Amino acid sequence: MTMTKEQCFEQLLLGKTIKSESWLAPIRDKAGERAQALNFPTARHDDWRLTDLSPLFQHDFHPVDSYASLSPADIDALLIPGSIRLVFVDGSFASSLSDLKPAGAGVTVSSLVERSGDAQVEANFARLADFEQDTFAALNTRFFEDGAFVHVTSETAVPIHILNVATKRETPSAIYPRCLIVMAANSLATVIEDFAGQNDGINFSSAVTEVVLGEDAQLHHVRVQREEKSAFHIGHCAVEAASGSVYTSTSLAFGARVSRHDLHVTLRGEGAEATLNGLALIGGRQIADTHTRIDHASPRCISRQLHKCIADGAAHAIFSGKIMVREGASGTDSAQSSRNLLLSGKAHIDTQPQLEIFNDDVSCKHGATIGQIDADALFFLKSRGFSEEQARNLLTHAFAAEIIDRIPVPSLVESLDRTILERVNGADGAGK
Amino acid sequence: MIKEGSKTLLEVKNLHAAVEGVEILKGVDLTVRAGEVHAIMGINGSGKSTFSKVLAGHPDYTVTGGTATFEGKDLFSLEPEERARAGLFLAFQYPVEIPGVSNSALLRLAYNTLQNERGLEELDPLEFEDLLEEKIKVVEMDPRFLSRSVNEGFSGGEKKRNEILQMAVLEPKLAILDETDSGLDIDALRIVASGVNQLLTPDNAVIMVTHYQRLLNYIVPDYVHVMSGGRIVKTGGKELALELEARGYDWLKAAA
Ligand SMILES: Nc1ncnc2c1ncn2[C@@H]1O[C@H](COP(=O)(O)OP(=O)(O)O)[C@@H](O)[C@H]1O
Ligand SMILES: [Mg+2]
Repeated sequence: MTMTKEQCFEQLLLGKTIKSESWLAPIRDKAGERAQALNFPTARHDDWRLTDLSPLFQHDFHPVDSYASLSPADIDALLIPGSIRLVFVDGSFASSLSDLKPAGAGVTVSSLVERSGDAQVEANFARLADFEQDTFAALNTRFFEDGAFVHVTSETAVPIHILNVATKRETPSAIYPRCLIVMAANSLATVIEDFAGQNDGINFSSAVTEVVLGEDAQLHHVRVQREEKSAFHIGHCAVEAASGSVYTSTSLAFGARVSRHDLHVTLRGEGAEATLNGLALIGGRQIADTHTRIDHASPRCISRQLHKCIADGAAHAIFSGKIMVREGASGTDSAQSSRNLLLSGKAHIDTQPQLEIFNDDVSCKHGATIGQIDADALFFLKSRGFSEEQARNLLTHAFAAEIIDRIPVPSLVESLDRTILERVNGADGAGK
Repeated sequence: MIKEGSKTLLEVKNLHAAVEGVEILKGVDLTVRAGEVHAIMGINGSGKSTFSKVLAGHPDYTVTGGTATFEGKDLFSLEPEERARAGLFLAFQYPVEIPGVSNSALLRLAYNTLQNERGLEELDPLEFEDLLEEKIKVVEMDPRFLSRSVNEGFSGGEKKRNEILQMAVLEPKLAILDETDSGLDIDALRIVASGVNQLLTPDNAVIMVTHYQRLLNYIVPDYVHVMSGGRIVKTGGKELALELEARGYDWLKAAA
């Protein structure tokens, strides 16, 4: 069924009735109103100017009302051995696939609905993810079914894996993954948010994540978007870092026909640090858009950013990275680098650094490059017996590895490495 | 070593080649048989690297005339990787850096590609480690260089040694060493030369491209060829190198 943009949006707004706690119900109502008022972004929105959402509008997305039951074998390839695991299937918590046993003292990992009475949930939910200005955040806030709640009060070495799986359904589905991470003062953890699909299913995932870091807390937040290439993925993540805290994000976009990730980090307290590592690796007709904003709202905060896009086929990758330095944020130290690799003449990469600086006493470095596979390296590899394809794969993988290798979970790095090598070996290659 | 009746590996006849429309090679003839060591000497710009790269199949260079066969096969009908798999190896004058690919992974993948080609078993990373342990002795390389990205942050001498390590692992039938000696201090030169000497067998051959004679003190050539203006203008024995050292190249230019 072919839809118009208006019909597509109306269908999403229909949603379904969801019962909520008394504190949450008014938030949902307000979010619903905002979504209706905002509607889909258009090319007139500066932040969406480059993102072609039209493939999304062609589908009739339905809320999920009956849940597929997946067996452990269905998700086996996605697992991270030894992790604390929370699994959501089409937005609904799947306790039988989850494994909370490895969670030690000082680590609470649960379904958000189960903990909706928790003071931390009530205090932080929808506080950072701004649904007033963002349609997709509004839709999520209105219609999310369940989500993950992670509350860490100590230091934990056990990775926390939040796995969102979209199944293939008879009609295209609308799914609203939600996640709230609260890191208490001095806590330390690694959280992996993971988005995957099955069997070329057509789903629209609109995810919202909120991260609160207390004083001197440290979080490595990994995000793996490996949805089916028939899927649509819009993610919105808002982070607030208190003084002395260290937020590290390593975010990968491999999947989806069209994907978008907005990452907003506010360095709220003095001396907070953020490191943002990003990689988009796409081919075919995929579109992957990453918009980040690092807000230096306090003195002496540090931010480091390395974003890489690799585009093959007729793919389009977009990176827009804004660095804001507020008045009074003296001693700001920020560096941003955008490095991009075009694998085909038809692929296309847009990169735009944006600096908004309201302070003199700052160091803000930024740079962007767009290149192709190095011809000398290619010839060198061929002269050592590698075929053109093998040589290109190796070089592409090497370019991606700099980001992947920053993930502090070796088994995940290994499995992503394999995915990438298969992917660059596979049907997404230059020919397509 | 020159031996009566040994197999011809490379036969180049009247080779012409151009880069960006400019003819650089203007009729090169060269025959290399198994067991032989050849030196090609000549001043900068005489076409030595061009000749090496044309043989290896560099896409920037166009063959405009002449022929080259490798073990009887038409070399120019083969892709660069097919030439490598057939046993041709080029040690680059300026080795490239490849960030993100470890030296050991590169060597293992390249080795296994060749094993495949030869119908032999591939080695898994552990088995390959054992093989590599032996091979790095040939160039006296610190094992720590194996886990580093290919040539990234290597000194000039380390890069050249790394090329010879690749040669040691891939065991080519014909290796062309393009100025492998330049930029090396005397110790590194000795190590590289001894590495090459260890790899020489009656079944393979080496072409050394150089413009100094000092390398030839360590690897003794059977033939010395002088290239000038894109042609080989004189061929002699190892004593020709000494003569070049003493007299320079100008007298040959006049002769050509
Ligand atoms: N890629 C290239 N583009 C343009 N000119 C080249 C290229 N490679 C070689 N040449 C030219 O060909 C000639 C021979 O160079 P080269 O083969 O590198 O000589 P040698 O190795 O003997 O010093 C020089 O005049 C050089 O400028
Ligand atoms: Mg040269």
